[in-house]
Amino acid sequence: MSDYLDGNAAAGALSELFAVDLTAAIAQCNGCGQTTVFAESRLYVDAPGMIARCAGCDTVLLRVVTTPTNTYLDLRGLTYLRIPNS
Amino acid sequence: MGIVSPGFTGRRGGGTDLPPGQYLTHEFPVLSAGPTPHILTDHWEFTVTTETGEKYKWDWAALTALPAEEITKDIHCVTRWSKLQTTWKGVSLDTLLADVETGADFAMAHSYGGYTTNVPLEDLLDGQSWIAYEYDGEPLHPEHGGPARLLVPHLYFWKSAKWVRGLVLSDTEDLGFWETAGYHEYGDPWKEQRYAGD
Repeated sequence: MSDYLDGNAAAGALSELFAVDLTAAIAQCNGCGQTTVFAESRLYVDAPGMIARCAGCDTVLLRVVTTPTNTYLDLRGLTYLRIPNS
Repeated sequence: MGIVSPGFTGRRGGGTDLPPGQYLTHEFPVLSAGPTPHILTDHWEFTVTTETGEKYKWDWAALTALPAEEITKDIHCVTRWSKLQTTWKGVSLDTLLADVETGADFAMAHSYGGYTTNVPLEDLLDGQSWIAYEYDGEPLHPEHGGPARLLVPHLYFWKSAKWVRGLVLSDTEDLGFWETAGYHEYGDPWKEQRYAGD
């Protein structure tokens, strides 16, 4: 049994932050350069926050921590997110 | 009214031993921010790096040759579960750091897999923390941080880094994996220091 979900499971939490569906965006890993749709990342949710990791190298792509007063979003592991305009 | 007030029915009787906002569990939930590393003890190494860059290393044989302690402590996860009277075996950081020359005030724990967490050095000393390699009489399972994890039970359990591989000592306080993402720099469960600013 894997201990992660696929990146689609991040859709709910990310939709509270962004007006577009980021799980459909193309994401480049800042660790290994792998470029795939974000939904193919590995999502760890049994944790104090939500962690998305690159399916190729396990680099942390994204962290989301929701506190009672703020949401922390760390995108350091992503070189870019490519979001279609239409 | 009974002869004995509810306050004296024993430690395990109710929720009075729990820090604020916590609930009691008898399970041992597995929380992890990434894949579980499977580190063979043949390849395991623990390194303390001081603020001057000096390194002190222990392999598995050296760690397990040191005097070990049986530890019984309550543990408190920031996700609100607490587990009481957990039993561990490990080596006190007092023992490991006894011959380490340092004037540092802070430590960053580093784990196999890349996890980090910051702890003031004084919170690792005076019988407050261990490198634990047994849980409940068995070798520590990888999903709970084996072969060895840091055990700092007086702080929220994210400070007790699984798969620990070293400490880096420093004069300045840097923040670790969860501490850079909104969690409290210190994490005292009795003061409910969950998030930055609490």
